[in-house]
Amino acid sequence: MGNKRDLMPGTLDLLILTTLARAPLHGYGIALAIKRLSDEVLTVEEGSLYPALQRLLLRGWVKAEWKTSETKRRARYYTLTAAGRKQLGIELSQYEQLIAAIGRVLQNT
Amino acid sequence: MEPLTFFFHKLQMLFRRGRFTEEFAEEMAFHREQVERELREEGMSPDDAQYTALRRIGNETQLREQAHDLLRFRAEGIFHDLQYAFRQLRKNPAHTATVIMILALGIGATTAIFSAVNPILFQPLPYPLAGQIVMIWERHSDGSPWFVNFGTFHGIEERTGSFEAVAALKPWQPTMVGAARPERFEGQRVSAGYFRVLGASPVLGRDFVPADDLHNGPRVVVLSDEVWRRCFARDPSIIGQSMKLDGDLFTVIGVMPAGFENVLAPTAELWAPLQYDPALPTDSREWGHHLRMVGRLRPAITREQATAELDAILHTVGQLYAKGYNESGGTPAGTQLNSLHSEMTHDVRPALLAVLGAVGLVLLIACVNVTNLLLARSVQRHGEFAIRVALGASRIRLTRQLLTESLVLALIGGALGLIVARLGVHALLALVPPGLPRMNAIAVDGAVYTFALGMTAIVGIAVGLVPAVQSNNCHFNRALHQSARVIGGRHHALRRTLVVAEVALALVLLVSAGLLLRSLQRLFSVDPGFDASHLLTMQVQESGHYYDSDANRLLFFKNAREAVQAVPGVIAADFTGQLPLSGDYDVYGVQFESNPTGEEGGFRYAVTPDYIQTMRIPLRRGRLLGERDTIGAPTAVLISESLARRKFGDRDPTGTRVRLGPDVGHSDRPWATIVGVVGNVRQQSLALAPEDAFYVPITQWPWADEVLSLVVRTQGDAAALAPSIRDAIWSVDKDQPVVRVATMESLLAVSEAKRRFTLIVLEAFALVGLVLAATGIYGILSGSVAERTREIGIRSALGASQRAILGLVLRQGMMLAAIGIVIGLIGAALASRALVTLLFGISCVDPLTYLGVVTLLLAVAAIACWLPASRAARIDPAITLRAE
Repeated sequence: MGNKRDLMPGTLDLLILTTLARAPLHGYGIALAIKRLSDEVLTVEEGSLYPALQRLLLRGWVKAEWKTSETKRRARYYTLTAAGRKQLGIELSQYEQLIAAIGRVLQNT
Repeated sequence: MEPLTFFFHKLQMLFRRGRFTEEFAEEMAFHREQVERELREEGMSPDDAQYTALRRIGNETQLREQAHDLLRFRAEGIFHDLQYAFRQLRKNPAHTATVIMILALGIGATTAIFSAVNPILFQPLPYPLAGQIVMIWERHSDGSPWFVNFGTFHGIEERTGSFEAVAALKPWQPTMVGAARPERFEGQRVSAGYFRVLGASPVLGRDFVPADDLHNGPRVVVLSDEVWRRCFARDPSIIGQSMKLDGDLFTVIGVMPAGFENVLAPTAELWAPLQYDPALPTDSREWGHHLRMVGRLRPAITREQATAELDAILHTVGQLYAKGYNESGGTPAGTQLNSLHSEMTHDVRPALLAVLGAVGLVLLIACVNVTNLLLARSVQRHGEFAIRVALGASRIRLTRQLLTESLVLALIGGALGLIVARLGVHALLALVPPGLPRMNAIAVDGAVYTFALGMTAIVGIAVGLVPAVQSNNCHFNRALHQSARVIGGRHHALRRTLVVAEVALALVLLVSAGLLLRSLQRLFSVDPGFDASHLLTMQVQESGHYYDSDANRLLFFKNAREAVQAVPGVIAADFTGQLPLSGDYDVYGVQFESNPTGEEGGFRYAVTPDYIQTMRIPLRRGRLLGERDTIGAPTAVLISESLARRKFGDRDPTGTRVRLGPDVGHSDRPWATIVGVVGNVRQQSLALAPEDAFYVPITQWPWADEVLSLVVRTQGDAAALAPSIRDAIWSVDKDQPVVRVATMESLLAVSEAKRRFTLIVLEAFALVGLVLAATGIYGILSGSVAERTREIGIRSALGASQRAILGLVLRQGMMLAAIGIVIGLIGAALASRALVTLLFGISCVDPLTYLGVVTLLLAVAAIACWLPASRAARIDPAITLRAE
């Protein structure tokens, strides 16, 4: 767990939305997916994940429903909504602009 | 669309809060299980896995709170603060009740005074564009304002361009005869423009028109709503009907609306046209300076412009009617215009401002007291605050909480305060001096509610702010480890300052009340110039055409006097044209033969011969009036000491001659002879120095008055004889009104009602201030004694005597009182200047008052200190130390 990195500010929403774009997942699943996909570099703290999910729910970008999980337990699955998909597009392009800008700064040094 | 979704989600959450918590718990539990499973798969023991999972997720409550915070409406926080505040207040009912009671008294008293003062001082008069209405006076060469005469009014009315309307008015007291008892009305004779000047019009019928106000014109009358209701049962066909007033039939032409407020004569119930003679014959009533005049300025015309125009008009009119003016005191130098509002409030303004200031001080003391109590409470609650901060409450959150609590207290106090205010207004209305303008406008109305609410909010924040700021400055970490008494010290500095402030404010109130009390004592020890005990007074009026002849008038008064003298218990009864201290004001000119070009003025008392003896006015020189001074005999006059001294110095004026009233300046008129000098009598008020006066028999005055006052000297209780005396008068003629029945002693009291009113209110407030200041001292001392129990125990264990400990605590309390008194003395010296117009016979830095008040305050402070000090002295060191 030593190589844990803090997330860049503002990217957690983007990561959650991206993860959910593939398939509906429960909270633990989202955290696990981000961890695996980033080759264990990025760890999402429970303390930020659940408030973030609430925020997304409030904005109407995801919706939540109770389903039975792969372990036969009741779990809360989050699904991307149409508005969430649109938002994902916006956030992605914003992120790319940001990265490109940072890249330009780095190249010039 | 997004904000809307946001709102609906929040709204949904509000109603699904319980489910949210359950679901959140389940979600967390699921998450934890997943983590545990993952850890076990990595090879951890089940116990370790469980523990690590718990640690990883952290404080679930905090997590839930965070999620909650997102979902919560802002208002919900306030709701929670309120809930918490109520719980806190319920927890300590004694404290809560005390605070609420003090606030209710403070807010209630202030609101009551405000509701009385607001319509009089601050609100415009109840007329459209009331600021345009002015009163118009003649201005004499010495600058003093005078009533106008009809010549002046008529001249102005015909010529002025500055006014939309002007009107002249005078009192009118017609009698309606018919039913069992004659009824005398209060009314006004007014020129046709009167209601137009005020901007009022009848609700029924019509207003006066110029054709009504003609010399010997039609007898028409406009009724007030009250007379219409009382005498005519609101008969809708009243217009055109007639009523018999003073023996004449008057046609009712109009009825004023119920809400019509007649500030120029609040008691007036009917109005008839003035009907003076515009031909202005000299030597007639048209030239008497006895009319009041009002006018409504045209828009955009200033008072200065109007004054300039009227001065010019008066100059022209003065030349045109030189004879008329010369025979009535000369042409005035100009005019003086005052706004109607300032005219109405001028007299009562100092008293009302004093009362308003006093209640402000009471409120301030109440606030200081409550702040002190809240501060004491917040010190006790430091432990609680520390825990809340440790659990993550922000300081802003704590401040908000404390302010919510004080606002809740203020709101409850304010609501109760409105009840106090209603009672207070009732009490005030019973107390207010007669002649207070716009009394019927005094009510707890919308403006008052707004005022009370505003004040409640300000008070709520003011009293909460100090404890809130104070708590924020506290180091909670330390507070968690220590008990309340150790951190108390710093707060005490602040609380002591507050107690000092309370004492200072109370002293200002006490000094003001003390100065007024002494003034009133001085006033009532003033000799009015006659013996006021066992003296009954009433006004007797003749009405009806039978009394058009002077002989019939005099005969009636003679018979009435004899009938009254026959009543058992009556020692003597006499009539006079005006009654001292009753508000009567009847001044006529006096021309001395020794100085024929100069004219003096004096109160005219047309009296039955024994009036001087009945009133027990002392005779200084010469003789009294007697039965021989009557029709046919040379006119006999008594003059007052002041007039005699001014005109004759030490010489004896008896035997010298004067011309009086209408005879002044007429060389063809006979002289009257001064037969004696009598003591000075206070006519207008006890506070006004004796004024010049002359007494003449009613039979020897050029005309017979139709209204006289009867003074009756009685053996026993004067008031008890009133009914039999009235019956005696009615036994002569049952249709003559008898009004204004009062004992002389009550007239004396009423004549100083304004001061008395201010005094009573100030005394009440000073008492409240004193009690609050005393409880403040008591509170802080008993608090500090409780906190210092251990120290005091050690002191006495080490050999300090009870006396030493008593002294220790007493010194501490008396020190506060002393500092407060010094500051308060400075404040009182400043504040008492505002009272100057209400004081009589003493300076505003009257040493006796200051000394008395300081002594009183010290004594009260000493009692407040004594109780906690003696408790401290009784502390048993063994018990205290064992308790540690």
